[in-house]
Amino acid sequence: MSELNQITENLLRMVSDFDGAFSGAYNIRQDGECAGRKSSANIRLENKTDGPGLVIQVLPGTKGETVYIPACVTHSNVDDLVYNDFFIGEGADVVVVAGCGVHSDGEEEARHNGIHRFFVGRGAHVVYREKHLGTGSGKGARRIDPVTDITLAEDATLEMDTVQLGGVDTTARKTTATLAARAKLIVRERLLTEESQQAESDFTVTLTGEDSGVDLISRSVAKGHSRQVFRSNLRGLARCTGHSECDAILADEGSVLALPGLEACSLDAALIHEAAIGKIAGEQLLKLRTLGLTEQEAEEKIVAGFLK
Amino acid sequence: MLTLKGIAWGLPGGEEIIKDVSFTASTGKLVVVTGPNGGGKTSLAKLIAGLETPSAGQILLDGEDITPLDVTARAKRGVGYAFQQPVRFKGLTVRDLLELAAGRPMDEAALCTVLGKVGLCANEYIDRELNASLSGGEIKRIEIASVLARKTKLAIFDEPEAGIDLWSFARLVETFEELRSSAEGTLMIISHQERILAIADEIVVIADGRVRAAGPREEILPTLLGDERAARCPLGKGSAVV
Repeated sequence: MSELNQITENLLRMVSDFDGAFSGAYNIRQDGECAGRKSSANIRLENKTDGPGLVIQVLPGTKGETVYIPACVTHSNVDDLVYNDFFIGEGADVVVVAGCGVHSDGEEEARHNGIHRFFVGRGAHVVYREKHLGTGSGKGARRIDPVTDITLAEDATLEMDTVQLGGVDTTARKTTATLAARAKLIVRERLLTEESQQAESDFTVTLTGEDSGVDLISRSVAKGHSRQVFRSNLRGLARCTGHSECDAILADEGSVLALPGLEACSLDAALIHEAAIGKIAGEQLLKLRTLGLTEQEAEEKIVAGFLK
Repeated sequence: MLTLKGIAWGLPGGEEIIKDVSFTASTGKLVVVTGPNGGGKTSLAKLIAGLETPSAGQILLDGEDITPLDVTARAKRGVGYAFQQPVRFKGLTVRDLLELAAGRPMDEAALCTVLGKVGLCANEYIDRELNASLSGGEIKRIEIASVLARKTKLAIFDEPEAGIDLWSFARLVETFEELRSSAEGTLMIISHQERILAIADEIVVIADGRVRAAGPREEILPTLLGDERAARCPLGKGSAVV
């Protein structure tokens, strides 16, 4: 790992657990190129042969390891597209960290488009963390368009923790998942948009296996003149449980459109959706003010807690 | 010491709800404000805490006129207020709330001490979100704990018994007694409960927005109980205490 520029190092510290080095397997992508890679005995990282990106193989039974796949765009006029395929062996229990930072000080757009496919083997457990961030003072748009496609085998579990807390002008986030019997998908999404930023988040989860289940919670804050669109479609094709929840706080002139969808094709599919959009409740502000916080401090605490 | 002088308040364009209320609550005393539903007790508590602004009168805390101060400034002066209907927060945890209340980070022992006073075990609660996963009784007790965690000159508890089970309520009464015996400030409890009235140093009866009676418990309570018994009687004359 010798070719990291300072912007990449800064972005890595903010979007992943980077402290000057990664422990375990990793691949760092910088402006569309590999800037460092290491495999471990149980996690192999290799170039794809049919396009840009990686094949990440986690051997069956691998326990307690973390693999880092961060990507950074450090200047404008970069349009980075990458396909990463994760094959998680049966019974493995691993953490995947895939943060993305986009920096622009120029006039042109800076964009990263990461397409991640997960094939999670029987009984495996994956924690997937992705944190997205935009930095820089350029007028060029900072854009991140992640696509995540998840296939869970029987008894597999994937916990997805996805965060975008600022600086990204436009994002279109698309997540699809197919769950076999007794597979579980847990998604926690947190989104903050400000100024004139735009964010779309689109989830389609198909529950094909008996007793499969999904729990999807999206929390977002739309400030300034920003606009967000949240779509979720839970499809129950068997006896299964599905819960999606979209909570959004509006501030200033922000707007949020929530379009939840439930599609039950089995009598035993139990699907629920909850959505709530609104400004911070006056009583919440008052409660914190009775503890000595100013109105602004109270708002900041409420938003920080909401997106924690 | 809290002094109210001629406090009045009403809804915009509506009738006056609090009418010329005056009384004094001394430092180190437990004052219970009681009276019939809709009589103005909670409105009065909100006026003292700064959640509403009186249209007339003065509120003095230890001699300082706090009437023009907003809710934040009053909190910083040492006014604490436990809401009758606690507020829920998605994302904030019990620990977050208590640390905000205390104004400092709290270790588990300190959190355990505060939550123990309302009959909750810290280990089970400190990382819980203040959301709908907590029952009405649990969130109520945490609300009370948020005031106990603060150093206050005046702590106001609005119907602390509401939604709390019998066993937790008994513990709560003990806590209020302990607070009274160690208090450097004033405790004010809005309540109808006889067990709360029974530990009061002073009782203020509010009905129809006015102070109907105020004085030492020994003087006021027999009158109140006598009136309640009369109210239960089919031939009773109602709940007004004059």
